[in-house]
Amino acid sequence: MNLSLLILLPLLTVLLILVVRNPQSARWIALGGSVVQLVLALALYVAFVKARSGGDTAIMLFDQQWPLFPSLNISFHLGVDGIAVAMILLTAFVVTAGILVSWKVSYMAKEFFLLLVLLAMGAYGFFISLDLFIMFFFLEVAVIPKYLLINIWGSGKKEYSANKLALMLMGASVLVLVGILGIYFGATGADRTFDMVKLSTVTLSSGTQLLFFPFLFLGFGVFTALFPFHTWVPDGHSSAPTAGSMFLAGISMKLGGYGALRAATWLLPEGAKEYANIIILLSAIAILYGAFATMMQKDLKYMNAYSSVSHCGFVLLGIGMLTKTAMNGAVLQMVSHGLMTALFFAVIGMIYERTHTRSIGEMGGLMKTMPFIMTILFISGLCSLGLPGLSGFVAEMTIFMGAWEHTDAFHRVATIAACMSIVVTAVYILRAIGQIAMGPIKAEFAALADATWYEKSAAVLLIAGILAIGIAPFWLNELIDPATSVIMNRLGTK
Amino acid sequence: MELSTALLLIVLLPLATYVVLGLFGRSLVRNFSGLLGTALMALTTVTAFYVAAQYFLVSGKVNGVYQAQVPVKIPWLSFANGLSIDLGILLDPISAMMLVVVTLVSLMVHIYSLGYMKGEERYPTYYAHLSLFTFSMLGLVLSSNIFQIYMFWELVGVSSFLLIGFYFQKASALAAAKKAFIVTRFADLGFLIGILVLSFYSNSLDIPTLIQRLTSADSNELKSAVSAGFLGTSALTWGLLLVFMGGAGKSAMFPLHIWLPDAMEGPTPVSALIHAATMVVAGVYLVARLFPVYAADPESLKVVAYVGAFSALFAALIACTQTDIKRVLAYSTMSQIGFMMFSLGVSGFGGEAGLGYTASMFHLFTHALFKALLFLGAGSVIHYVHSNEMKDMGGLRKHMPVTHISFLIACLSIAGVPFFAGFFSKEEILLAAYHHNTIVYWVAIFTSGLTAFYMFRLYFSIFWNKPYDSHGHASHGEGGFVMLFPLVLLAAGAIGAGYIPFGEFVSTDGKSLESHVDIGFSILPVALGLTGIALAFLLYKNQNERPAKIAAAFGALYKAAYRKFYIDEFYLFVTRTILFNGIARPAAWIDKNIVDELVNTTGESTQWISERIKKVQSGKVQQYALLFLAGLVAIIVFFVYFWKP
Repeated sequence: MNLSLLILLPLLTVLLILVVRNPQSARWIALGGSVVQLVLALALYVAFVKARSGGDTAIMLFDQQWPLFPSLNISFHLGVDGIAVAMILLTAFVVTAGILVSWKVSYMAKEFFLLLVLLAMGAYGFFISLDLFIMFFFLEVAVIPKYLLINIWGSGKKEYSANKLALMLMGASVLVLVGILGIYFGATGADRTFDMVKLSTVTLSSGTQLLFFPFLFLGFGVFTALFPFHTWVPDGHSSAPTAGSMFLAGISMKLGGYGALRAATWLLPEGAKEYANIIILLSAIAILYGAFATMMQKDLKYMNAYSSVSHCGFVLLGIGMLTKTAMNGAVLQMVSHGLMTALFFAVIGMIYERTHTRSIGEMGGLMKTMPFIMTILFISGLCSLGLPGLSGFVAEMTIFMGAWEHTDAFHRVATIAACMSIVVTAVYILRAIGQIAMGPIKAEFAALADATWYEKSAAVLLIAGILAIGIAPFWLNELIDPATSVIMNRLGTK
Repeated sequence: MELSTALLLIVLLPLATYVVLGLFGRSLVRNFSGLLGTALMALTTVTAFYVAAQYFLVSGKVNGVYQAQVPVKIPWLSFANGLSIDLGILLDPISAMMLVVVTLVSLMVHIYSLGYMKGEERYPTYYAHLSLFTFSMLGLVLSSNIFQIYMFWELVGVSSFLLIGFYFQKASALAAAKKAFIVTRFADLGFLIGILVLSFYSNSLDIPTLIQRLTSADSNELKSAVSAGFLGTSALTWGLLLVFMGGAGKSAMFPLHIWLPDAMEGPTPVSALIHAATMVVAGVYLVARLFPVYAADPESLKVVAYVGAFSALFAALIACTQTDIKRVLAYSTMSQIGFMMFSLGVSGFGGEAGLGYTASMFHLFTHALFKALLFLGAGSVIHYVHSNEMKDMGGLRKHMPVTHISFLIACLSIAGVPFFAGFFSKEEILLAAYHHNTIVYWVAIFTSGLTAFYMFRLYFSIFWNKPYDSHGHASHGEGGFVMLFPLVLLAAGAIGAGYIPFGEFVSTDGKSLESHVDIGFSILPVALGLTGIALAFLLYKNQNERPAKIAAAFGALYKAAYRKFYIDEFYLFVTRTILFNGIARPAAWIDKNIVDELVNTTGESTQWISERIKKVQSGKVQQYALLFLAGLVAIIVFFVYFWKP
């Protein structure tokens, strides 16, 4: 399978959108492109599984390489392992759903879809890059459109949020860049390269690893809402348009988790072991403190954004535990949270378009007039609180299982703290969906319409993903398991 | 039919019903969704009875001992540390018995609801949720993996949430649904950590393996679980107690019981199914499921016994004072589950010592029948008088003859009057307690007297007391065949179930347990029960002043019991004052005013600094030349005086 297609197709979509004149064609082109991309992602999954079961045990499959700057050992190197395939599937689902729910965007529609597709391209490129240099390039491609999306199509204090998000993520990128350069110059002679597969066989000196791991991990950590650098999340998500929030929480936050695993942990194992306890501490705080902060939110988007801080804490907790089970759980959580939170933001958008409020307290009894939308709300809420049969349960339980392998008090306390979040999550989710869907209906909401075809399709797509993981988690688990083994072998812990 | 096929059918039929009714109930099959659900439930019930009969009478025994069988096992999720969640079906005496209980009561409730819920706007949704619940409950009882139990446990919880909140436009129903889910979720946190502890030491999630490893004296797993400890208690005890916490939450044991009375906001047939016969006994079932491990750890078993006994007494006291008939039944349920729980707590393992275990399961079985009957009867009464309050009832025996007789049978059964089902199971429990724990025995004796009293208080208040006043409601009769048939059938069960030689089928070790109730032993409890009934007769047969006087005489105790011993107020304090105002509000405040303020300050200080240094770029060439010169001087000074290469 030709991986460069995953970048070329969005690029082609972008060009086509640029060429056409009316917004309706732009919409259809964006949708068509994302559906083809979804098919491509599914084909990639099938091809990957076939290759693996055919006995191909290479670390990265479908390798492609073109030299960019041979003198600096920079090349356009693409390839995927199970984790990358999982992330690509996630991206394809979220992008398609995001474009569907944006169907009625009319203000500068052409530019809107163009930026969405561009953002998607950045994410695809990021997940398939095997060269730190181009990986960084795609990371930036995925940041800048967000600034415009929030600033132009956003709501509320959008300028503030857009600035905050862009500046914090740019700052994080600087840290990542320092980390990347540290790795590059930490290696000597022929080892000096940006190629991650080659770097994964190089043992950098302890000093280099301990010095540059924090840069790389912190940089990626900001993307995935590492406490206390998470405050771009609530404002950014709340001001963004619906699809923007879906992309931010569903995909962008996963760039961080993926980078923390792929670049920081894989390439700098000594650093990961040294700082593991700090990671655990910060992520356990993010999980519980984020959950409690969520409880007090009155705006639905802020609520889900804070809940994302809490849920993404699980990703970092899973990585920090440094056990294979927990690491599998971290990847599962990335995919699960991506789908779930995209669904949640999508349904918030649907509710807002009808009620013109995002304040939880102002809604009530909507089950009566929009049963379909409320069912989506229930499913996303129940997934968030970890109901078995939906994806969140599988991911969180895997992390708990992996975390419990440590017997010392510190890890136990952190794990129990993380476990406690399942109760707090239940409280805020039930409060919100109880208030919104149940109770007596308000007069002004008595005549609202239920979901349209494009909203239904978006929801069904994401729910299908959530159920596919929740009911039959083994396929995803088997997909990522060999990939985490590679990282675990580098770490040398159990 | 193959046993494994039949078992899969039992679980998958309700699931299929849920999916069909959930997707098409509102459109395609709207008007006959109830009939469709009931028909499929009947099929499930027949299959379940077939499986139980096969197991108990044909294939279950090897050399006279019932064996645990795992006919189905599907790998689901395997963790990298060697543990795995396999979805399996474990067939042993207690799961086979539960199959009978769950499907029978569920079928009765399905049939009854055809009449009771007729004309409801969300009729198809109701049947969809019932199927979801039945699926989850059957999955729970058949689970062969402890994590699998946890999964279905949560699903049972969410279906209970949906059904309690069925009348979602009522604020009280919504509050009750949330309360039920959150309180049990809190208990499930214990269950989850308990699973982590037990699986960590036994290195298995598979129940038979886990039990085997944690009970055989020479296993390394048991040694490590006993030697490891925390706060002076062994890891094994911690694990078991945490699992019990989950069970106590679902089974409404003190102090996690507060959700059960409120859960009565759900439609009455739902209370009969979920909050009387099946879901609330899940905690008892869970302890019974892991009973060999509990039996090997007397510490944790003692806690089970005392929590059970205390809950039994506590709930019975409250039941004497409540005036909402469904709440009386709810507290009665809590009390009866307390009986089952302490019966497990006083039981040993193997042979005669295991009487408590058999008795507990026996009582679970008989209680499911007579309590479902009581709830369905109460449903008919509520349907008739349009009220839950005792004061609106009275004199109904002539208006509702079938309901009256079946309700009376259920009351006699729960009161432990000889020859009714409850008598046999309760006597066994008392006997087990008598032999193993004196305190528990006396608590139980006293409570069973109270039980007779408050049940007959209920009975007389509904059916006798004063002549019925319809308050202008048009009488629509007692309900049609669909509402009467379940009452009659369950009434037959409330008499006949006691004659099942239960010990032959269910015992700790699978061997037949001869149970013989001694007439001499029964004199005291029966006499106390009859006294309770007589007292209720004196006080409530006719309208009079005595009940009010007695309530006044008890003063503070009566008031405390009436206010449910202020446990709800305590929880309200904990959640509102500590969790919301003490933790969540400060967390949100800190995030906004400290963490985020730091970010803003960074931004603002950057602006402030730029504001200051931007004056350097004034565009004046002379100023630039001056700065250039100053820089040059600085560099020269640095290199001449400070640079030491």
